[in-house]
Amino acid sequence: MTTQLTLSDLDVSDGTAMVVDVVSDGSQIGDGFRDRLIAMGLRKGKTVKVLRKAPAGDPYQVRVGSTTEIAIRKTEAKLVLISKS
Amino acid sequence: MIVASSASSVQTKNKIPRIVFIGQPNTGKSTFFNTVTKSNAGVANWPGLTVDFMQANLDNNGKTYEFVDLPGIYDLEGFTEDELVVQKFLENYNFDLIVCVINASQIDRQILMPLQVQRLGLPCVLMLNMADEVKRFGVKINTKELSETLNMPVFTISAKYGSGCVLAIQGIWDKLQTIDDSYKCSDIANFFRSNKVTDNDMDEVCKIGVEMPSEDVTTFSNRLDSILLNRVVGLPIFFISMLAVFLAIWFVGMPLQDPVGNFTDWLQGAAIEPSLSFLPKGFSDFIINGPYAGFAALLGFVPLVAFFFVVMTALEDSGYLSRAAYLMDALMRAAGLDGRGFVLQLFGFGCNVPAIMGTRTIRSKTQRLLSILIIPFALCSARLQVFVFFLGIILPGIVGGFALWLLYIISFVVAFVLAMIFNLSGQFKSKDPFVIELPPYRTPTFKQVALNVWSEMTTFVRNLAIFMIIGTCITWYLTNYPGGAEGMNTYAGRIGTFFQPLMAPLGINPLLTVSLIIGFVAKEVQLAAVATMYGLGEGSDALKTTLGGVITFRQGFSYCLFSLLYVPCLTTVATIWGETKSARFTIFSVTVSMVVAWVVAFGFYQSWGLIFS
Ligand SMILES: Nc1nc2c(ncn2[C@@H]2O[C@H](COP(=O)(O)OP(=O)(O)OP(=O)(O)O)[C@@H](O)[C@H]2O)c(=O)[nH]1
Ligand SMILES: [Mg+2]
Repeated sequence: MTTQLTLSDLDVSDGTAMVVDVVSDGSQIGDGFRDRLIAMGLRKGKTVKVLRKAPAGDPYQVRVGSTTEIAIRKTEAKLVLISKS
Repeated sequence: MIVASSASSVQTKNKIPRIVFIGQPNTGKSTFFNTVTKSNAGVANWPGLTVDFMQANLDNNGKTYEFVDLPGIYDLEGFTEDELVVQKFLENYNFDLIVCVINASQIDRQILMPLQVQRLGLPCVLMLNMADEVKRFGVKINTKELSETLNMPVFTISAKYGSGCVLAIQGIWDKLQTIDDSYKCSDIANFFRSNKVTDNDMDEVCKIGVEMPSEDVTTFSNRLDSILLNRVVGLPIFFISMLAVFLAIWFVGMPLQDPVGNFTDWLQGAAIEPSLSFLPKGFSDFIINGPYAGFAALLGFVPLVAFFFVVMTALEDSGYLSRAAYLMDALMRAAGLDGRGFVLQLFGFGCNVPAIMGTRTIRSKTQRLLSILIIPFALCSARLQVFVFFLGIILPGIVGGFALWLLYIISFVVAFVLAMIFNLSGQFKSKDPFVIELPPYRTPTFKQVALNVWSEMTTFVRNLAIFMIIGTCITWYLTNYPGGAEGMNTYAGRIGTFFQPLMAPLGINPLLTVSLIIGFVAKEVQLAAVATMYGLGEGSDALKTTLGGVITFRQGFSYCLFSLLYVPCLTTVATIWGETKSARFTIFSVTVSMVVAWVVAFGFYQSWGLIFS
């Protein structure tokens, strides 16, 4: 069994990856947060790319698709399942 | 023809048709709202600036219309406080038209909201805003196709630079002519649970009329980020620019007090004195040496505070605040907060009230309370006046500038340490997920900055006038009654003396104690009280000399520390109450700030005494 890659595993040098799914931790906040991530463009089939990591290695600056950029913490990035191209 | 859905219903036509602006955060709703209604709603390049609705009436062809600007929300089914504001609005008020404003350069995801509105069956006009950025990014949109697929009028505009706005506004009026009903929603969140707008629906629409650019372009913002967010120099640049800003406020603002002083002196001789000459001599003397002298002294701060707001507005509009959140997130985490908490603290430097309201974007209740608890420690622009005034007396020149900067640092450190302590105590233990948008850098326009500063300054001067009258009257009464009493026998003296056991260890004398009590109302009132007690009958210039003679640096700085940390003003307390709806929490918050103020001022005053005596 291969472990599922998430956005938190992605490095700046990896370039672009593809979102496979966005999951929730099951709580109410988690479900709402999943919807928020999707509304920010992190949905299946979209590309993501880590532009840089903050001085402490966390959060990440991530480009979603071509025109959206976000800052996301590592723990939250774990909710975004990806596949490297 | 629009058919209402199960979550929307037709109502009898509003007498005053209501037009509602909705859209994701930071898409330019407030900017467009200001263009349409010529009002002055707050605008910033920070997602989540508007957290409450703003309303303005507008006449067209002899008929009145009401426009409402709502907070930005990511989708209509969310449940954070700011998202609930929108849902509740649509569920409680009848409206006639929805104007959906999206950032068209992100249409591939922002198409969600127009689709949701369409699904609700509500009449809507879609604004594709940020036409300038769309062009720069190379996004291609076929508005005609889009309009047909969505079955709603679509306009391309640039709310900031004005292009397309005339046509778009005409489009709103035209659309309104065709609507015979008013609408209202019910249980929106539930509706979308069973009628979700899927990825597929969004892709479907975008496939037809939208072409997005390549994923690996390097934009101007990317290049700037590679310096400002650099792992090595990013944080140092941030701190150095902050220091530069606060020193600039001091060095630009202080010298500008003189021309204002000359003006108010001139005004006094040329207009105030002659126009009061009909009053009995004693009474006109009171007005000129009391409220007017105080007002004149504080009016000297106008350039300084205006400059402060110029810098703040430019900073808010630039997009750097989101970057600050990104840079500071790791540090804030140690206190149980996140990058947003840091930016709210920066907002608090302007005024604590909107910053406290800004916590609505935080989902976790406990984390939100923790933020609310520490925002009142942010050195707001009203306290800035108190410090500039006192530091000008106890530390003239460049040292004063650094002392001011030090107070800003103390303000942040105290907030941070308290958050850390409360977080450790477990009471506010929480973890709110953290993700924010990093919008492109945007150049603040002169018009935006000027408008914002103008509205801040008119409020400032109005508050000054009102508070000055209240403050001087209360103080005058307290320092002159009971009849015949003098010095420590007056009410002020008695109150001050009563608190001496508590305040003497801080080096705060009875009169200054009274000013602190009066300052509970607002910091402007506090200054008015000081001015009245020390300056009455001697004019504004003499005030500084008098005070300089009676307080030492040690006492003055202790007074500043106490003023910095204790309850900022009644409005802030009322806002905390309003936002938390908890009297217990409000009392707790007030108590915490009183205790902290006392402890810090005590610590400073006593240790200074130990070291330098
Ligand atoms: N380039 C560009 N920037 C714009 C345009 N319209 C607005 N802006 C900028 O976008 C930012 C957000 O504008 P606001 O009007 O505060 O957005 P909002 O939708 O009210 O945001 P929230 O209240 O946070 O939901 C500000 O920096 C504006 O100056 C535009 O047409 N072009
Ligand atoms: Mg707004």
